[in-house]
This record gives sequence, C-alpha cells and structure tokens, in this order.
Amino acid sequence: MSASRSYDIVIIGSGAGGGTAAQELAPLVRDGVRILVLEKGPRFADQEFTGRELEMADALYQDGGAFLTRDGTMTLAFASAYGGSTVVYTGTSLTAPQRVIRAWGVPGLEHGDLTRRSAKYAEQNNVHLLDDPLINDNNRLFVEGGRKAGYLVEQFPVNVKGCRGSSLCNLGCPNQAKQGTNRVQLPRAERAGVEVVTRAEVLRIEPDRTMTVRVSQKAAGTKGAPSEWAPGDYQIRARIVVAAAGAIGTAALLLRSPLPAPRSLGHGFTCHPALILVAEHPRPITNDVGHPKSYFVDHGESERFVLETCMYFPFVTAKSLTGFGATHSAIMHAFPRLQMILILACDHAAPGNRIAVSRTGSPIVHYRFTPETIDGLVRGTRAAARIFFAAGARRVHAPADPPLLESTDANRLEERVTARHFRPGMLAVSAAHLMGGCGMGRSAADSVTDAWGRVHGIPWLRVADASLFPDSLEINPYLTIMGLADRVAEGVRRDLAVARD
Amino acid sequence: MRGNVYVPAMTLSSPVFRAVATCVVPEAGRLESAQWDEMEATVARAVAARPRAVQRQLALFLTVLEWFPLLRYARRLSRLDTARRTKFLERLQRSPSLLLRRGFWGVRTLILMGYYGRPAVAGEIGYRADTRGWEARR
Repeated sequence: MSASRSYDIVIIGSGAGGGTAAQELAPLVRDGVRILVLEKGPRFADQEFTGRELEMADALYQDGGAFLTRDGTMTLAFASAYGGSTVVYTGTSLTAPQRVIRAWGVPGLEHGDLTRRSAKYAEQNNVHLLDDPLINDNNRLFVEGGRKAGYLVEQFPVNVKGCRGSSLCNLGCPNQAKQGTNRVQLPRAERAGVEVVTRAEVLRIEPDRTMTVRVSQKAAGTKGAPSEWAPGDYQIRARIVVAAAGAIGTAALLLRSPLPAPRSLGHGFTCHPALILVAEHPRPITNDVGHPKSYFVDHGESERFVLETCMYFPFVTAKSLTGFGATHSAIMHAFPRLQMILILACDHAAPGNRIAVSRTGSPIVHYRFTPETIDGLVRGTRAAARIFFAAGARRVHAPADPPLLESTDANRLEERVTARHFRPGMLAVSAAHLMGGCGMGRSAADSVTDAWGRVHGIPWLRVADASLFPDSLEINPYLTIMGLADRVAEGVRRDLAVARD
Repeated sequence: MRGNVYVPAMTLSSPVFRAVATCVVPEAGRLESAQWDEMEATVARAVAARPRAVQRQLALFLTVLEWFPLLRYARRLSRLDTARRTKFLERLQRSPSLLLRRGFWGVRTLILMGYYGRPAVAGEIGYRADTRGWEARR
C-alpha cells in the first residue's frame, strides 16, 4: 500500500522553472502553506562532479545524453538532477528577443514584463561578462575570425561566480561556480521551509489532484544521495500543481495522466538542432581550459542560425565529426590545435514535430527536419567555415564530401557545403534547448495554457518550464524560463489569496 | 551475460564488431587485449542501458553488416580486407536508406564511445581538461 501525503502546492521538477517557482513561493511557508518540490534526479555532492566524460554523462543525463528522437536521427540532451538542466548548461544568459515574443502572439504576455522578470534572475545569478584574461584562444579566435569575416560577434553574459575555467560546464561544474538553481534558488527555498524530495518521479496526475509518485532507491555504486523519503510509491494530494519537468517531461506526464487537457498537448516541439564543427590550426591553442562558451553570432532572424563558441570532450567531439577512419582519427589527434563552433538552427513549430508517450508512458519525440531547418544548418556551417578560415585555421572538418575543407575551399563554400550532405542519419545532430509541448495561447482551441501557465480547463494545474514556448525562442532559453516561472508563481499566489478571501 | 550486464548475441567480441571498429578507428587495431576488454565493457554498459528492442535491433544490424557484403564481394565483412571493408561502410554511410544510415551511425557512435571514452585516450590525443582549470596550466 502506498503512503499518502498532502500539500498545498506541489512543484514537479527543480530546474530553471521549478527552482524559480519554489523560491518565489517559499515566503508562503511562513503563512502555513506547505510546499513540496519533487525531482526525478538525485542530489549530487560537490565532490561527485569529477569532469570524467562518460561517468558524468551517465549520472546526469537522460540515457547518458543519448535520448533519441523517434526516427533515431537526433539526440536530445536533458538532465535529471537537483537543479535539473541548470546543472549541465554553460550558464549563458540572454533575454528573449522582442521580435520573438511578438511573433509568439500570446495575449497577455508582454516583452517588457518578461525582460524585467528575467533581469531579476540575471542579477540574482551573478550574470556578467567574463573579463578578458579569462577568455581562451578558442573564444578569442572566434571573435577575431568572426569580425574579419564580417559578422557581428557578441559576448555571452554568463552566470558564474569564481569560475576557474575547467571547461567542464556540460558535465556539471566541478568547482560549483555556475549559479544554477541548485546553487541559488533551491537552497533559498529549502532554507525558507520548502521540502525538496529527490529521486521522486511523478507517474501521473489524477483529476482529483492526487499524484502517483515513485521514489527510487539509490543503486549501489551510483552517484548522488539517497532520496529524502523511503523508496516506494506515494499518493500525494495537492491544492495546486506546478509542472516544471522540462519540455519532454511535462508534456509526457500530462499525456499519460487522465486529465481533460487541450488537444494541442505535446505539439509545437522545437529544439534548435545543433551541429559541432571543428577546425585545425597550425599551432596549439588554449581550448580545453577556460569557460567554453563566451561569444556568439546571431543570424536567427536573417538566416535561421546562431553560432556559438564551444568545446566538448573526446567522445562527444568524436561522434560529432562526419565520417570515420584515418581522416577522422587525424582530426581527433589534433585536439590541442582544434577550434570548435556550435551551429544552432532556429527551427520552428511544424506539424508532426511533437511529444507523445508509448503504451508504457515513456516519452517519444517525433521530429522531422524541415527544409528550412536544414537550410539553417547549411548556412550556419558555411558561416562557421568562413570564421574558422578568417581566424587562421588551415582546414575545417564539416559535413561535406570529402569532409575536410582546405583553405583553398574558402572561396567555394556554397559549392562544397550543400544540403545533400545534411541528410538525416548521416551526421550527428543533437539538441539541448528543448521547447514546446504545452504552448501558451488564447484558448484550448489553439494552445495548452494561458499566458500565466495555467492549463486551459484545469485551473489548479500550471506549467512553468520551456514547454510553455509556443515556438522556438531562437536563443539560449534559461532566463526566459525563469521569467515565465516568475509569472507562474505570481499566478499561484493570486489563486491562494482568492481562496483565502 | 557479462557480470550483471545483458549483452545481446553478435554485439561484442564478435569478429564483425572488431572488424567495423578497426575501420572506424584505425588505431583500435593496435589495442591490446585488456584495452579491447575495456572498450567492449564500455559499449556493453551503454547497450545494456537501452531498451531490449533497441538491443535486438543492434544485434540484427550487426548480423546484416556481417552478411551484406556477401552479395557484392562474396565474403563476409569480417573476412574482407581493410580497403574493401572501408569502402563498404562508406557506401552504407551514404545509403539512400535512412534505416541503413541510421544503423551504421548507431554502431559508429558506440565504437567511438568505447574508444574515446577510455580515460587513457585523453593523453593519446592531447586532451588536457582538468577540474582545476587555469590553475593546472600554470
């Protein structure tokens, strides 16, 4: 028999959305409001972030970072941990572009309001531009090459405090420098009396507001602390539920719950499909030391791509290169001379690209690359190659046949890099900005929630994560998620005040 | 079974797996027995974490890989010389069939994980990331 417990507010997920909602609602604990955060992943101790690639990927990411779309042509990276994906991002902190929020056309969602709220979290999380001495050659060459090639290169504000430049952000910062919700919002919420339970997966939500929650046992030899609760199944009852389990987690949870959710639930999935490109310089550069992601070029509006500096680990780099064999090995053995650029395509919500669930309730992501998305990747690859060559690289490894572009190819990139080399299944496309599935909008006819994250027709259920985005954000999403979660928390406070009155 | 890890037939330690692995990463041909074991254990762990259906698909695809070249070269993949094996795999990688492209991409990814996931590889390729960051370079 499962244990029963009841709370006033239950928040599902502890990432950018759930962590923010927990912090913003925490003052209510003083008034006797009982708040619970349920996190599927474990709570890691500081010393468990070793920076070892496969070990950390297995511990932090769903399927070790290899969650595949239904047709197997793209991997999706998302974390399960106290702090959610804020544990594994690089801390890049941008506010939503005005043109994107306008294009979303969500009644009641104003760009100014979102910007103001995002700014609050930028300040809270110590978002700032890194000083010059902390910038490594990999980033510096992007700036030099980008400007020479005629691109507007901008610096990423990042949310670090005491960054030592391990370059291991995506494996969880080993120095606790990144100011994710695991460092800022969740500890504050817990100090104020919010209860956080890890290793707790919500299996379904019933129409009577009862949740079936499974608390897992810590497996022998694995990382992370045991759950705060004894392993087993629980029935948790709540007056208000805030779903913030990430785009895939939230949509899948609502889909397997017997709720009268709007028909568009799961639809509108976008993800900024990304390719990693490398180039070889004639001399060693600093690349695997220093913050990896300090600059970007935004051509989202004009050409559907964004370029970002990046530096990944041996296996991720190896699988991202096109082809195999001697050429592939030669590039891998040139690691100390490699410059790296991440190309993100600004995809848009397309019919059929959606989150569904299997018969057993596991999430399934259907995604097909539209010609426009492929075009964004092709244009982005050409732009990255121009930047590499302008920065002095002697060759670029790209999806082409053969995959090595020599400097003599610099003037014929349109001919060498074409859409025929970007066929799905031929190259390693991955995505970490998972968005949509519970899009905001006017009514149940066109969306899942209103502009305050309240699910149409289910007033006690709100959504507070990137699944709210009705379309691609075209930039790194976490500050926007926090801004939206701030609005959700405000809505919950209003609901409780009305109930009290 | 290897320890507690389920390994489908034809996945690991089979001639076809090593034949593909040495084409994907030519240096793998120089690995010693203990290093092969390490590489294959990494792949086994990754495969074991996937659903049984995926494990079966992988085993089936490796079987197809082994026998498919019979049609063109009258030999199994593991019996082909390196040049012909490489040519066959390159053709597979560019195949018009998404199923074949995706299958090869999956096997290639597992091999790269096994090889480049070994701690020793960092020294071999000059990857020097350190949790101490800049301090470790001074």
